Amino acid sequence: MDFDDTPEEAEFRKGARAFLDKTARRREPGEAGVYRGGLEKPEVRAAAKAFQAKKAEAGYAAITWAKEWGGRGGSAIEQVIYNQEESKYAIPRGMFDIGLGMCIPTLCTWGTQAQRDRFAKPALRGEEVWCQLFSEPAAGSDLAGLRTRAEKDGDDWIVNGQKIWTSGAHYCDWGVLVTRTDFSAPKHKGLTYFFLDMKSPGIEIKPIRQISGASHFNEVFFENVRIPDSQRLGAVGEGWKVSLTTLMNERYTIGGRTGTLVDVDDVLELARKVELEDGPALKNEAVRDKLADWFVMSQGLKYSHFRTMTALSRGQTPGPESSIGKLVTGPKLQAMAAFAMDLMEQGGVITDPELAPMAALFQQTLMTSPSSRIAGGSDEIMRNIIAERVLGLPADVRVDKDVPFNKLPTGKR
Amino acid sequence: MNFDFSDDLKELREQARKFLRERCPSSSVRKVLEGPEPYDKALWAEIAAMGWTGAAIPEEYGGAGLGHLGLCVLAEELGSALAPVPFSSSIYLAAEAISVAGSEAQKKAWLPKLASGEAIGTLAVAEGPGKADVRKLRTTFRNGTLSGEKLPVPDGDVAHVAIAVAQGERGPILALVDLSAPDVKRAAVETIDPSRSHAHITFEGAPAEPLGPAGDGERLLRRVQDRAAVLFAFEQVGGAQRSLEMARDYALERYAFGRPIGSFQAIKHKLADVYVATELARSNAYYGAWALARNAPELPLAAAAARVSANEAFFLAAKENIQVHGGMGYTWEFDCHLYYRRAKLLSLALGSSRLWKDRLITQLETANAPL
Repeated sequence: MDFDDTPEEAEFRKGARAFLDKTARRREPGEAGVYRGGLEKPEVRAAAKAFQAKKAEAGYAAITWAKEWGGRGGSAIEQVIYNQEESKYAIPRGMFDIGLGMCIPTLCTWGTQAQRDRFAKPALRGEEVWCQLFSEPAAGSDLAGLRTRAEKDGDDWIVNGQKIWTSGAHYCDWGVLVTRTDFSAPKHKGLTYFFLDMKSPGIEIKPIRQISGASHFNEVFFENVRIPDSQRLGAVGEGWKVSLTTLMNERYTIGGRTGTLVDVDDVLELARKVELEDGPALKNEAVRDKLADWFVMSQGLKYSHFRTMTALSRGQTPGPESSIGKLVTGPKLQAMAAFAMDLMEQGGVITDPELAPMAALFQQTLMTSPSSRIAGGSDEIMRNIIAERVLGLPADVRVDKDVPFNKLPTGKR
Repeated sequence: MNFDFSDDLKELREQARKFLRERCPSSSVRKVLEGPEPYDKALWAEIAAMGWTGAAIPEEYGGAGLGHLGLCVLAEELGSALAPVPFSSSIYLAAEAISVAGSEAQKKAWLPKLASGEAIGTLAVAEGPGKADVRKLRTTFRNGTLSGEKLPVPDGDVAHVAIAVAQGERGPILALVDLSAPDVKRAAVETIDPSRSHAHITFEGAPAEPLGPAGDGERLLRRVQDRAAVLFAFEQVGGAQRSLEMARDYALERYAFGRPIGSFQAIKHKLADVYVATELARSNAYYGAWALARNAPELPLAAAAARVSANEAFFLAAKENIQVHGGMGYTWEFDCHLYYRRAKLLSLALGSSRLWKDRLITQLETANAPL
């Protein structure tokens, strides 16, 4: 039992470091590397694209992809090692993950050779950015309840409807889209999957203002948007099956990103500074109790991740322990932020970074943490997934499974 | 990255699981729980004959020299089966204490007997309900004799030798005492888990010898407890995993409102939470195993994390197992209560989570350990 790289892994890590040293700057101690941070600024996006081009050139943009798709043909452990190294550098992260992690693998699985040739490499080099148009106002956890309509018109399809929570829609070049093409079929059977040019006429993009005040997501409206039938992936009515290819990759993409805004060491640092009625907060038993709980969760996740890496390193499929990270991290972030603010008493409400301890890190986290419990599978969906796929408990009773979609109740009447 | 047990140890775990499934079904646990025997003597003899008791004891002292990773693997299976034997007292506590603090003569005198299972050892710390503060112990060690009361002492009624923590002339000290001496009075005490026996021991000037340097008792006790915490954690992870499996199996077979109760989210989400706690405990225990096997400087922190995580996971799994079983889970007939008893017993065996959380944060404060 050890934490060491195999000689091959060590060699790979050395190569990745050499590339990163040459191309990027190491983050300073304490310098935050916020996932998708700053991508609303054009200059940050330009920097992300420039780095991506070099990364692709050096063969690190798609380590696990087959060589025929323009990938390296490497192993999952090499991808993890690269991610570990990259996270130490000041690089704008997250701009290409949806495209390379979800959209292009779906296109490569279901599309033609000509489409792979046309789209995989520009996406790898960061020349074309992709987004995912799945969720709708009435179809989140219940994705198959979506109602954006696509109707055949000659060799084209005409799309009308609305998508939501689309990260980066306003700067993306291409998108993958699930639509309903048959409203009289049961919900999973009337869907069809496309990809489309995000500059197509009839697309309107409106940013959504989040509770944190920031706008990372968009609503996307479709009004008579034309998509050629050649951009359909999978058969008409088979869109659910194609969507599953995308969603299976989503779990890897989201689960694979490391580093959160706040962790237990930040609360510990705060507890050293804050004075309570009986001395430093760090000496207070109630505070120590909480810190220990969070430390144990963080360490448990860290070493679960190492167990996953070990399986990958041995060429095995990781065990189910890899599925717990999101469910532990989201609620913990929220709890730590709220508790840290309690330590500041009434002053905890202040969000001015000049006045609030640690530049208002905890106040920001309070307002961003609800999204980590929802995006990419809510806490409730994650529990269902663990219960069903890991523990083998039965799927939910589905009252809507065999009913024509247009006969389903859509609200209280 | 090689953060897992070797194939050989996984094979050992598989063998242990098969053996215990056959030789230690819940009926064996119940026999000790309900009967007059303090432990399953036949099972103990077989375990010893297979070399489990000597797994981590060096070959020069009659052990198998398998190392502590091997012992961790066995502990997980013993915990899963609720084995009603004095394994933890004799091996995680007494053998570790003698290995850590004993002189060459003491090691030679006792380790071979503990390794072969011929002798049973234990560690006597507590002096009744309340925190066993080593600086305030009432048991004294003076001029080679031990006086005072220890309660409860795990397996104290059957052990041949005890390491007692006492006040020496120069502060806390570990004292090795032969329990067959006439100045040692002992009586079994009733506990929440009678499948593991405990005793009230009175030392009336019993002859004893120091284990380790005088005045070093507190540090040595901590070292022993850190090492034992990792081994106990594996027992607890084994018990948590088994409790989770029992609950899952029952949720699949029990129908209510026309469907298996395991199809209700109230049950699914509960068991998902138990799964998460168990996996976190397992990963923390693995890190503890790594630190224990290497005797790494990270051991105190790793042991505390393993302990806190395992305490939480096993008790959660055991209590929710009863809950999922509903009224049947509250009957003597169903096995749920065996795990519930053991979970609480083990969570107090080395000191509560409250104490270990404090130890954990103290480590972070002083060691500035990387998170």
